[in-house]
Amino acid sequence: MERSMLRVKQKRVALNSNHAVAYAVRDVDVDVIAAYPITPQTTIMEKLSEMVANGEIDAELIHVESEHSALSAVVGASAAGARVFTATSSQGLELMHEVLHIASGMRLPIVMAVPTRALSAPISIWNDYSDLMNTRDTSWITLIASTAQEVYDSIIQAYMVAEDPRVLLPVMVAYDGFLMSHTYEPLNIPEDPTAIRELVPRRDRIKLDIDKPVTMGTITDPRWYYEIKYQQVKAMQNASLVLKETSKTIHEVLGRKYEPVEGYKMDDAEVAILTYGGLFGTVQESVDIIRDKGLDIGAIRLRQWRPFPSEELTHLMHDIDTIIVIDRAISYGASIQGPVALEVYPIAARMGVHVFSVIAGIGQRTVLEKDIMGIVNKVLDYLDQGVIPLRSIYWGVRGGE
Amino acid sequence: MSVRINLVRRAQDLPREELFMPGHGLCAGCTASTIVRHLLKIAGRNTIVVNATGCVEVSTTMYPYTSWKVPWIHVAFENAAAVASGVESAIRVLKKKGVIDPSKEIKVIVLAGDGGTYDIGFQALSGMLERGHKIMYVLYDNEAYMNTGIQRSGSTPAHAWTTTTPIGKVMRGKPQVKKPIGEIVAAHRIPYVATTNVAHFIDMDNKFIKGLQAEGPSFIHVLQPCTAGWKFDPRLGIKLARLATQTAMWINWEYDHGEFRVTVKVPKRKHVRHYLKPQGRFKGLTEEEIEEIQKLVNSEVERINKMVGEEVIGPLAEE
Repeated sequence: MERSMLRVKQKRVALNSNHAVAYAVRDVDVDVIAAYPITPQTTIMEKLSEMVANGEIDAELIHVESEHSALSAVVGASAAGARVFTATSSQGLELMHEVLHIASGMRLPIVMAVPTRALSAPISIWNDYSDLMNTRDTSWITLIASTAQEVYDSIIQAYMVAEDPRVLLPVMVAYDGFLMSHTYEPLNIPEDPTAIRELVPRRDRIKLDIDKPVTMGTITDPRWYYEIKYQQVKAMQNASLVLKETSKTIHEVLGRKYEPVEGYKMDDAEVAILTYGGLFGTVQESVDIIRDKGLDIGAIRLRQWRPFPSEELTHLMHDIDTIIVIDRAISYGASIQGPVALEVYPIAARMGVHVFSVIAGIGQRTVLEKDIMGIVNKVLDYLDQGVIPLRSIYWGVRGGE
Repeated sequence: MSVRINLVRRAQDLPREELFMPGHGLCAGCTASTIVRHLLKIAGRNTIVVNATGCVEVSTTMYPYTSWKVPWIHVAFENAAAVASGVESAIRVLKKKGVIDPSKEIKVIVLAGDGGTYDIGFQALSGMLERGHKIMYVLYDNEAYMNTGIQRSGSTPAHAWTTTTPIGKVMRGKPQVKKPIGEIVAAHRIPYVATTNVAHFIDMDNKFIKGLQAEGPSFIHVLQPCTAGWKFDPRLGIKLARLATQTAMWINWEYDHGEFRVTVKVPKRKHVRHYLKPQGRFKGLTEEEIEEIQKLVNSEVERINKMVGEEVIGPLAEE
């Protein structure tokens, strides 16, 4: 069958990424939402409150007294069998941290939106990915979107993956706070959400059921704990496959194609810039400009942060000899301080590819095309000198080396 | 609001069915299991229990075993009230959507200790009360962090020994008095708040019944003597709970829709020494210090009698 025939009828709308989240949550027929205000997340819960108030969405909205309680409440609701949603940023995500591990350990299909933001202190309401990178080992499936369209689609996909019986893990959908959360973009959403609801049918799972009582969140001793955690490892492995399957479905039904890592002009590239989130657009523009100057450069966008797509990335990096990883978070005191660069390093090392870790955009310090070009020139200088620094390059910082 | 409630008058009125099973790891003589056993008899099968981290949680769910014949969940220490808010909201919306049979009444109960209520869980509790979820919150109060090995909490009474408030040369047990959690909860203007006592189980069970009947949040605060932490002979738990009431170290009261009542009246009070002496945690206190505790009790009795408008707790009568 022609793919176009499967596509659902869609309408063109202008939304910022936060509102794109709210529309996706509406379209999956969510049951319970709990959230607490924090910049730049707040407009998600405001939009959802408006939808609940107008009867556009049939959900219980719990106005909790903290983010810790927001995630705790959706853990309770999800355990009781409801489809749930929460959202937060920055300090809110930090306050949730304890419960992040519990949500995944209890194998609850919770979906959370994270418009990313810098961490205190000093307090900064502006964007970077320090909050998200701190959740690295919490066993949440994590997608990083780079457009409002992808944010909408990723929330839908998040429910498809989280509720799949082979997975049953929570999912975070992250994107740039302010730069995306508050920036309007054109996107397509289905005219009739029925098509979306068919993508996420209600499935039965173990829950708090008075007819089939279960004990959830027990204490385990050293004879059992390890095996239960290993099941989580397997679930995360399964998630790779289910993400692939659901990406195919999204492509068929909504006409948009998503890969765990996306290449741009990588066919003949010798150097690649890898980044994530909204910055990828700037990187693509920069690649075009640099290519005009004669360097065979390409770009890679990381969409799927957890599970990390090692295989797909290996494939994309096959013909390059240098990769520049631009991180918008700092892993203080690490061997190289870009969290994603650290993940790329073992893959690159095995392939004999040079890795340059670059830190930029911290606390939303502006990164423009000229910055990307400056970063590339700096890397080329290092390569000319035959030096590969085993520490990160801090781009755009005053008083840096 | 007047709902006709069938109250318990004697032990024979309680259902025979046991929903809290033996074989758990609570201490011999632990009165928490008595409380939970009664609670589930009153609540029945159509109940979901949300348990905060604590003695009951760790001792009754050692994987792959469980003592619970009703659905039960534990998430963390400080968030039982928030988790329960989610459970209750989920049931409400799933009934509306027809996913759960709307004719089924499903009760949601939080079970938490004093650490999980007075201290670390206080914010979540206040949020739950303010939002008005229909949840009964049961606090079993053993007056310290017993699960981690007897550290002081906001509930520990003045001069009590704990591992973090030793009775030494300079510090003489806990320097502060017990936080009035019941009245703080009542200040949220919820339908039903009560304090009760495992020795007065008819009073306790009827308060569970009233709490479950409330149209919004309810809070039942149960004194739970702890053999390990209070350091008394395991057979004395119920006796000590009774002595707590007889000395007015503990007063059984209720706020039923704002109306305050003392439910277990004490015509003649015993001296606090009768309650303190059998407990190792008060060992080593001087006569002056015991008198200091007696004075605290006297002023509390005076305050309560004033609130009620009659002498529900009588004068000290030494035998």
